[in-house]
Amino acid sequence: MIQEKIVSKRFGKVNPLSIDSYIKYDGYKGLEKAVSNHPTQVIDEIEKSRIRGRGGAGFPAHIKARALANASGPKFIVCNGDEGEPGNFKDRMLMENDPHAIVEGMVIMAYATGAKKGYVYIRGEYQNAIKIMKATIQAAEEKGFLGENILNKGFDFKLEVRSGAGSYVVGEEFSMIESIEGKPGRSRVKPPFPTDKGIHDRPTLINNVETFVNFPYIVLVGGEEFAKVGTASSTGTKLISLSGNVKNKGLYEVPFGTSIRDVIFQLGKGVRNNKPIKMVQLGGASGPIIPEYMLDMSIDFDRFENFDSKTGTGAIIVIDDRYDIFDVLLINMKFFVHQSCGKCAPCREGHIQIVNLLNKFKTHRATEKDLMSLENLAKVIQQTSLCGLGQTSMTSIISSLRYFRDDYFAKVRY
Amino acid sequence: MVNLKINNIDVQVEENTTILEAARRNHIDIPTLCNYPDLSIKSECRVCVVEIDGQKKLPTSCSTIVREGMVVNTNSPKVLNARKTIIELILANHDANCTACPKNLNCELQALANKLGIDKNRFPTVLEVQPVDDHNPVLVRNINRCIKCGRCIDMCKNVQSMGVLDVMGRSKDSKITPAYGKYLSDEFCTYCGQCSSVCPVGAIIEKDDTDRVWEALNNPSLHVIVQVAPAVRVSLGEEVGMAPGSIVTEKVVAALKYLGFDAVFDTDFTADLTIIEEGNELIERVTNGGTLPMMTSCCPGWINFAEQKYPEILDHISTCKSPQQMFGALAKSYYAEKMNIKPEDLFVVSIMPCTAKKYEAQRKEMRIDNINPDVDVVLTTRELGKMIRQMGINFEDIQEIPFDKPFGITTGAAAIFGATGGVMEAALRTVYEVVNKEELQDINFTQVRGTDGIKEAEVVLGGQKVKVAVAHTLANAKILCEQVKAGTSPYTFIEIMTCPGGCIGGGGQPYGTTNAVREKRIEATYNVDEDMPIRKSHENPDIIALYDEYLLKPLGKKSHHLLHTHYSSRNK
Repeated sequence: MIQEKIVSKRFGKVNPLSIDSYIKYDGYKGLEKAVSNHPTQVIDEIEKSRIRGRGGAGFPAHIKARALANASGPKFIVCNGDEGEPGNFKDRMLMENDPHAIVEGMVIMAYATGAKKGYVYIRGEYQNAIKIMKATIQAAEEKGFLGENILNKGFDFKLEVRSGAGSYVVGEEFSMIESIEGKPGRSRVKPPFPTDKGIHDRPTLINNVETFVNFPYIVLVGGEEFAKVGTASSTGTKLISLSGNVKNKGLYEVPFGTSIRDVIFQLGKGVRNNKPIKMVQLGGASGPIIPEYMLDMSIDFDRFENFDSKTGTGAIIVIDDRYDIFDVLLINMKFFVHQSCGKCAPCREGHIQIVNLLNKFKTHRATEKDLMSLENLAKVIQQTSLCGLGQTSMTSIISSLRYFRDDYFAKVRY
Repeated sequence: MVNLKINNIDVQVEENTTILEAARRNHIDIPTLCNYPDLSIKSECRVCVVEIDGQKKLPTSCSTIVREGMVVNTNSPKVLNARKTIIELILANHDANCTACPKNLNCELQALANKLGIDKNRFPTVLEVQPVDDHNPVLVRNINRCIKCGRCIDMCKNVQSMGVLDVMGRSKDSKITPAYGKYLSDEFCTYCGQCSSVCPVGAIIEKDDTDRVWEALNNPSLHVIVQVAPAVRVSLGEEVGMAPGSIVTEKVVAALKYLGFDAVFDTDFTADLTIIEEGNELIERVTNGGTLPMMTSCCPGWINFAEQKYPEILDHISTCKSPQQMFGALAKSYYAEKMNIKPEDLFVVSIMPCTAKKYEAQRKEMRIDNINPDVDVVLTTRELGKMIRQMGINFEDIQEIPFDKPFGITTGAAAIFGATGGVMEAALRTVYEVVNKEELQDINFTQVRGTDGIKEAEVVLGGQKVKVAVAHTLANAKILCEQVKAGTSPYTFIEIMTCPGGCIGGGGQPYGTTNAVREKRIEATYNVDEDMPIRKSHENPDIIALYDEYLLKPLGKKSHHLLHTHYSSRNK
């Protein structure tokens, strides 16, 4: 079987609302091991594991951790559970099925970095996950895994759940920080980066839910052991949210290096009604759209970076030949028109014009000039936007212009 | 020091310099839009993007700090294309009917489009027309022209501590507005107009009253007179292209005569009068145990602020009307009697550096016996500039003319009202000599000059040391108000001006007012003072004559009738 379960190994085996059930299943063992070592050793193990962030950008986790550990004074840890990217449901599944693993990962990071306060930021629509995480934090506090003098080791860490009112952009670090501070979710100028100036201008470490869940395991088995799974540039496993016109939709965990085709055909059992695949969108609305012939590509951070985008979120959306490229692009782009925060001009104004142009193609009114306009505008939005939203929202357009160019020409009126 | 290359030129700048500053210091121009000197870096318009070797994205030069060995290109084809595309995008969601906009030819967006060679737009307009907020007598907000650069928010929230304006909604629905999309008049707006002075386009602008003035000037049954505020003589030149700090006092008089005013007077005269009334009020409060510290009352933005935000401390504010209103009241009583004109046939116009003066003139308290308004129309410096251009006056070369009588003589003390600390200094020159009955050794109170947010000084009055303070911008005013409210204020007399730098930095002054420009205008203001033969208000012979002939004595019955007012809580 191509699945390898590390972060999802407890799914269905533990009762998410029972801390005892979690403890029975190796729960908080990673934390116990971590606190028996020096904090820097914990980060050393993470460095040896070569784990990269699971939220999409794939930034090496130890660099951020080390930056926070080296900062003095008050500092914060945030678990990014906003998961607004369409087609992704891995973080929700983690929060709903194994919430203590998230708390454990965060406490380990608190111990390693000296942070005393953390937030679990959960997408506003995830009401069930919010309830579960709140109960989980309370249970962990009662058992002494959170709060003051954790495991009698003399370190404190308080955790709080925060949530927005339903905004995609708060998944972006600085928008999330603004939201945690009680402000509208709009990004800030970078640099400084959050590890220098985050919440209340204090150093802040933000990791994705899945990244935190990996930490207890890394501490428990050791970084080198962890790195044996996956590929040279991408170690460990990846949760894959598989959706679209596929027979067995769902969440799967595979080692890095697995091919997209294997995920779709072996785990997803192929396309419904055995229709041909027209395209596959990776990562979500901000990810590339690739044709069927590219499905042998393996899931790997470095491979994905070829698309000018970072698509480590692990969503695979399969679209069969009943749909044309413009259907998909319009859904994506209308989403971004709705979700842009409106702060910077190219993102706020650009997406509106992108939708206008796509509509011209959809309805056969486009000219070759429009094709040039679209290509130019997509690049400008990508190059000049303030935050990750506008910098990645054009990935589907740009990849479609590369792999589905004929589809555009087919719609051009001469 | 950091070494880098910009457009193939070797450049050396201090650490922590932005690319934008580094470029400008080396005479390389990078266009900007949301950026404004003295305000925070917003990095929202993305117009100032540059290309840095090794980076795929185009970072904004306003927010990116230089690094050793950086290779920057500010004009690569990629950069030029991005810049142009962004301006086109902004224009496609902007009411670009330029000839129907008061900012035509004075608009930063228009200038930028022109500079980048945009003569057509690849993008169709996506503007959704929304109603204009003109529900107050001072400022008009036309959201259809707003490009969401955020300067007004920064000014209102961070410089003025008011936060009346902010972004509401997101993406294409985001707009800059008072809370819940209400009108400015529903909010704690002081009408200081600083938002209008930094708006790059015509989205927020003072209500244009020039038509009302033209109408009055062309009405043969009206005697139309005009007063000119102290700060206008050091700024109006900028409206016709003269350098900041040009002193144009008597050119203004000549231009106003040319426009057809029957008489042109100097608000400096009633500034001197204010010093006499306010100085005596201070002396009375100090000697008779009145409410202290006393606070100045000449700034209408500050009065709006106090009435709305600090109703508890209204007793501290001098009951003196502002010089503008004192002039209006005297014009419609003393002058009207002297000239044998019925007050209703007398039309009083003010030229002010200020937008809040428009509100002040319309207050119901500002009418003698509740009948005629003291001042009929207030024009900003910018509006006068517009009238001068409309009439095709060659302002720079115009033959200078002195102000008219009977308010002809003014002093250096009045001239400095326009700069932060000026009212305080003018008052101290008089109060010191009246109370101590001795001549000042040095009449220059330099401690209260300059652009520090809050300035302090100590003077000996009647053998006692008293402390005074001066604040400009409402954020600084707030600090002193909190002390007064808490009863911990160590001061006897406080001057407050709403606008940065005082009236010379007023919300109605020529566009492009920055701290550097303010400094120039302040310098000019003190030069005017130095050049005056009389520099203390109580030595003004016309003021002395006015008391002898008409008012009889400071704080007397007539003074109270004409020159004093009261305040009321407008806490919402």
